[in-house]
Amino acid sequence: MRVTQWLAFRLLRLGLVLLCVATLSFGLVMLSPIDPVDAYLGPQMAQVSPEQRAIIAHRWGFDTPPAAQFGHWLRQLLSGDLGWSHIYNRPVSEVIGERFYRSIALLGSAWLLSALVGFVLGVMAGAKEGSLLDRLISAYAYITASTPTFWLGILGLLLFSVYLGWTPVCCAGPTGTLSQDVSTLTRLHHLALPVATLTLLGIANITLHTRSRMVALMRSDIATHAFAQGASRFDVAWRQGLRHASLPALTLAFASLGELFGGSILIEQVFAYPGLGQATVEAGLRSDVPLLLGIALFTALFVSVGNLIADTLYRLVDPRIGQTSS
Amino acid sequence: MLHIDQLTLQLPYYRRWWQRDWATCFENISLTILPGEVHAIVGASGAGKSLLAYTILGLLPEGAKTNGQLFFQSEPLTPARQQRLRGRELALIPQSLNALDPLARSQRQVSWAALRAGQPKATAWQSAHQALTHYQLDEHAQRAFPHELSGGMARRVLTAMAHVSHANLIIADEPSVGLDPQQRDRVLMALKALADQGKAVILITHDLRHALPIADNVTIMRQGLCVETTTTAAFQGHGDALHSGYAKALWHALPDNAFTSPIIMNALEEPSVA
Amino acid sequence: MRPTQPHLYTLGYILLSGSLLALLISSHWWLGTTPAHMQFDARLIPPGGNHWLGTDALGRELWARTLAGLRISFWVGLSAALLGTTIALSLAALSTLSRQMDALVSLLIDTLLSVPHLILLLLIAFALGGGTQAVIIAVALTHWPSLARVLRAELLTLRHAPYIRISRSLGKSRGFILFHHLLPHVLPHCLVGALLLFPHAILHEAALTFLGVGLDPSQPAIGVLLAEAMRYITAGYWWLGVFPGLGLLMMVLCIDRLAFHLRRAL
Repeated sequence: MRVTQWLAFRLLRLGLVLLCVATLSFGLVMLSPIDPVDAYLGPQMAQVSPEQRAIIAHRWGFDTPPAAQFGHWLRQLLSGDLGWSHIYNRPVSEVIGERFYRSIALLGSAWLLSALVGFVLGVMAGAKEGSLLDRLISAYAYITASTPTFWLGILGLLLFSVYLGWTPVCCAGPTGTLSQDVSTLTRLHHLALPVATLTLLGIANITLHTRSRMVALMRSDIATHAFAQGASRFDVAWRQGLRHASLPALTLAFASLGELFGGSILIEQVFAYPGLGQATVEAGLRSDVPLLLGIALFTALFVSVGNLIADTLYRLVDPRIGQTSS
Repeated sequence: MLHIDQLTLQLPYYRRWWQRDWATCFENISLTILPGEVHAIVGASGAGKSLLAYTILGLLPEGAKTNGQLFFQSEPLTPARQQRLRGRELALIPQSLNALDPLARSQRQVSWAALRAGQPKATAWQSAHQALTHYQLDEHAQRAFPHELSGGMARRVLTAMAHVSHANLIIADEPSVGLDPQQRDRVLMALKALADQGKAVILITHDLRHALPIADNVTIMRQGLCVETTTTAAFQGHGDALHSGYAKALWHALPDNAFTSPIIMNALEEPSVA
Repeated sequence: MRPTQPHLYTLGYILLSGSLLALLISSHWWLGTTPAHMQFDARLIPPGGNHWLGTDALGRELWARTLAGLRISFWVGLSAALLGTTIALSLAALSTLSRQMDALVSLLIDTLLSVPHLILLLLIAFALGGGTQAVIIAVALTHWPSLARVLRAELLTLRHAPYIRISRSLGKSRGFILFHHLLPHVLPHCLVGALLLFPHAILHEAALTFLGVGLDPSQPAIGVLLAEAMRYITAGYWWLGVFPGLGLLMMVLCIDRLAFHLRRAL
């Protein structure tokens, strides 16, 4: 299959998957036992008469059958309108845009750092299986893979913010300051601990994967042959290991965007960082259905594009696949 | 050039979860290999041929136990010396084509071998080119990835990697496997040419027919033991010059010889040596 | 040319993690813990003395609550992992029946894998309205796709194996082949899959509960304990935040290592 043809096929598939995500999330939301009018009213629930409730239900279409509601929502979606978020009282697309803009600094830096550090640690550990360094790095990776994300956040908060006082306790800037008045340095100061926590946890996955690639290489005929040529382990890791491990690591980094996003939800909750993750939790807790659906679709797009990039990289870069496809 | 004295190799294995035992891979092997000769080591799979090669190079897995002595150019071949000489004085042409790195082009891989043999960066790339050209690999093959090469071409790339190191002892592990007769002869003649330059070549093979045309001496191995070392000339006629029954049986088993001879049956009924 | 594995070490690991887990699960009987017992004269006491891990704002013993929380996590995680494995196996088996079914199952797998786990968990928990059952179902529903993908690939390659073809040409029915040839072959994969799902299930349950959409806040679940601790840590009551999480980490690590070594031994 030609690359362009393959890509077109993958894009079609992506569209299909997104449609399925939309259907699935809408179906799930419809299942919810929470009354949409109650959710809309929030704490003012008790102050509203049945007539007023009927008006609200009619205004937002809660009184029509689920299929009609779904059709309406899908038509809106196709015209680019994600709906209205009642907890922020703004269009969903605006809320997602603004929140994602704040999260991207957190997500992006944690993603880059964990991929880089994870890769380097994985290569170092896998270069000599069973060495002290390998055992230390593996132990670190196994422990962090079993660590609850939010608990590491709590520990970081306790140590660096409460005891040492190096980092702020919450939020993206000092409380009471408008976000446009916050300087870049202050922003970075507030980001440091969340990014560090997310990075520490994200490293494990890439490290273990890269390590296993390196171990497989070091046990292979390729490495034995290199050793027979007089190469040291370092030589093999540098000349051949990097070639063998970098593409899988990069692919994994793109494929694990979903996990990273999940981690960011928890981290933003612990550090009260007003990003997309926190908005997700708010939407879930306060039943803001359009926002919840919008975020589900948006993150599905985000993750799918990550997966697509991962697959495309493999096709373009690996000489073995590139040959068979042309 | 290389003298092997009473060499024994044992590898650990687990009989049960907690019970470690030693498996003897080969025992009391003694051999002498001279400069300028092709010395064939012939035996069925599992006879310990490849492990012998790895022992000479010092590439055994951790935990392996060896006994006996190795001498290279009249000096003991200690692990430290093996490490120093690997790729410079001792070279291996591995059995498996998987030994080529699938992600690097042939010329790059040969240049790595040159660098590892101690050549300066400036000339390594050029000498890789020369070595590959010497083995009749054209520009296209030099820029190709291993999966784009035929079996014979890949084998010649591996030979070029041993050649570029200028090693004096070259161990070729089953270089004739999986090749058509024409390609096979080409690879074998390349080995013979290396010996004619004064290098010592150890040719490991399971097929006596491949060894005889180029070998000067032949060692027959069976189940970890050295059965017989003899000159190639002994494999003639009815094999009367051969001492051991197993060697005679191997000789007679070749299609052109009298493979219906009852001697084979007797030889195979000999008690197992291991 | 690979070094032999240290088998004794593997055996020791399995025994150690296994007995630690057994101790934890049975702690209910031999400790007679009272996680809900309030001591009004012993509120927010730091660890030490009579209060091993300190007490919380209502004077409840933190060690008792942590142990109780770990037991809840264990059972919720186990149920979710078993349920998830069952779903994975059933759908993988369904996908072998026909091409259309296979296309449908793999579309479902792709769909679920494209939504981040935690978002999907939030959606499902939202749909089911929270509570223990909802959490178990939510975690099971989000964790089956990766295992199902492995099982599906395994079953699809098996389907073309010579012995299956022979069985088919002898006139055996699809159901017979599925139950007599295919399922026995993939059951070990299922066991390992369930073991690998287990730690993930526990961590996701805790995360969901921590966010406030999981288990009921009246239960001493680890997520609940840590969410409560969030209110006190800025005041310096560190033990409330440290110990429940540490306990969870140790339990998950135990299960994870147990799964790792069991897989190697099997």
